[in-house]
Amino acid sequence: MRTLASPDDRPIPSIGDSTPWRLAILGAFLLFAMLVSMGTGPAQLTSTSLIEALTGGGDAATRAIVLELRLPRTLLAALVGGGLAVSGAAFQALLRNPLAEPYVLGVSGGAAVGAVLAIVSGVAATATWGLPFAAFGGAILAIAVVFWIAIRVGRGFDTRVLLLAGVVLGAFFNALILLLLTYSDLESFRSAMFWMMGSLTTSSWPTVALEAAYILPMVAAMITLGRAFNLLALGDDTAVYLGVRVDRVKIAAYVIASFIVAASVAACGVIGFVGLIVPHALRLLWGGDHRFLLPGSFLAGGAFLLFADTAARTFAAPAELPVGVITALVGVPLFVVILTRSMR
Amino acid sequence: MNSARPAGPVFTTEGVEFAYRGSPRLVVHGANFSVDRGAVYAVIGPNGSGKSTLLKLLLGILKPASGSIQYEDRDIGSWSRRDLAKRIGVVGQTEEHTFPISVREMVAMGRYPHLGPWRRSTQSDELAVETAMERCAVSELSSRPVDQLSGGERQRARIARALAQEPATLVLDEPTVQLDIAHEMAIFDLLADLCRRDGTTVVLVTHNLNLAARYSTAMLLLNRGGTVAEGSPADVLTREVIEHVYGWPVRVVPHPGPGPDEGAPQIVPLASSRPPGDGRTAG
Repeated sequence: MRTLASPDDRPIPSIGDSTPWRLAILGAFLLFAMLVSMGTGPAQLTSTSLIEALTGGGDAATRAIVLELRLPRTLLAALVGGGLAVSGAAFQALLRNPLAEPYVLGVSGGAAVGAVLAIVSGVAATATWGLPFAAFGGAILAIAVVFWIAIRVGRGFDTRVLLLAGVVLGAFFNALILLLLTYSDLESFRSAMFWMMGSLTTSSWPTVALEAAYILPMVAAMITLGRAFNLLALGDDTAVYLGVRVDRVKIAAYVIASFIVAASVAACGVIGFVGLIVPHALRLLWGGDHRFLLPGSFLAGGAFLLFADTAARTFAAPAELPVGVITALVGVPLFVVILTRSMR
Repeated sequence: MNSARPAGPVFTTEGVEFAYRGSPRLVVHGANFSVDRGAVYAVIGPNGSGKSTLLKLLLGILKPASGSIQYEDRDIGSWSRRDLAKRIGVVGQTEEHTFPISVREMVAMGRYPHLGPWRRSTQSDELAVETAMERCAVSELSSRPVDQLSGGERQRARIARALAQEPATLVLDEPTVQLDIAHEMAIFDLLADLCRRDGTTVVLVTHNLNLAARYSTAMLLLNRGGTVAEGSPADVLTREVIEHVYGWPVRVVPHPGPGPDEGAPQIVPLASSRPPGDGRTAG
């Protein structure tokens, strides 16, 4: 039997033993990103004063800054970044398309229509929760329409149908947004644009609590599907022959991923590239086993968004850049470096 | 390992008919056959004769419009996919490799139906994976990425994954297409060995009539969705039947040997006496 390895064959290390270590490394990385994020701002904090404030010591002003402003923002970034990366990894596996990202099924478009409607109509200015709930409603509407189309077509959730439905629905929503913006004043136009580029300025303890209660169980549920995702990557028929209940796994994963995205979009607007770049970077570095990739994406996605948000708050201080711009500006070159290194 | 099982057929079909949605054409019609336990059962026929569709019906992926398909005396539709995956290993025609995985990881996927939802793989899972890789001679490739294997190696790795399921029945759809003769023979030898040593029932679709004639214990010849002949290779592979079904002149000669399969019928397609472009051509 021919077993000669050609020089460019790089063995893929077995996953089992190294997974806990890799997750521990990513967990430490996330913790580091959280500390950097909390220490950075108009009032620059040393690590000792930061730790003091977190443990309830230090002076009252520092404690207020850390506990009331920075900690909720840090936690929100970790949750949303992690959630987006997990749903990106899930969509890439389910659609068997490396270009898939969390917004591929039109969820962001639906959320944006809801948000822009809330801004233009003035609801967002009068009711605190008006905008996030309008965005969430729009996202759920988009999910429902895509699924309705998929069910109408039949064929047991054909991924091509979902993809096409999502893309055309996204285009339709874009047209709606432009139509709404045509009738908006300059102020609404500006805040709508900022919302669509993504921002973590909405962070508050109630937001964090709501997002955590929502995103964490969804992510945990998604992680239990990891082994089935590995088999789905070989094709639907092969997965069925290996005992996977393909339709059930697919519907569960689509619904979970869509709801994570809906929740994060409602809180933070459309933050791009996290869901595309983070799972790919992990895959290129440490292989595509979803039992590692899903929890790993949660940790790395959180860390990535934290660094991007820290940068967005620092570069043009005291002004704040849209975090979605930073994720793209920093994420794309970083991704190219990983891509060229791992493919060489 | 099958010695304790009752004798009798593994698969039984009765009057199976099937058409794809929105098409009036019956892709499979009047399929009545049974696959005996421990058989190497070859399904043959021209392109588009419904072989792969028939396999998908047998495996419960497609539902027949009428008729019945039984596996181990139970309607195929009444089996859970998990229970079927513990009994039937499948090597399909195509497979996607969207993300890189190693040979070992791929073979280990065969253990999926044996794992509980929360359970990690146990020692018996590891053992089944090692045994399957050894059996298919891919142990040395275990850490190699699947997408960098040669065609023969990849096919052996896929068979190893099916064996890791520890199946009583193995179903393969054109397992040796695009392989050179050494790799093709190695796979047919492996299938014969599985049948002989483990009592595994093998069902395979193939275009290689001559190897099917040498290795199978029974054959089913399909044409345009219908059964033309069923029985031993000597019964099915006659000059009249093959010329009629494939529309090409042939001679049937005995395998000259040496080997255990000496004398098996071998099909030799003749050069066309007609000028090119006249009448039907092979394809």
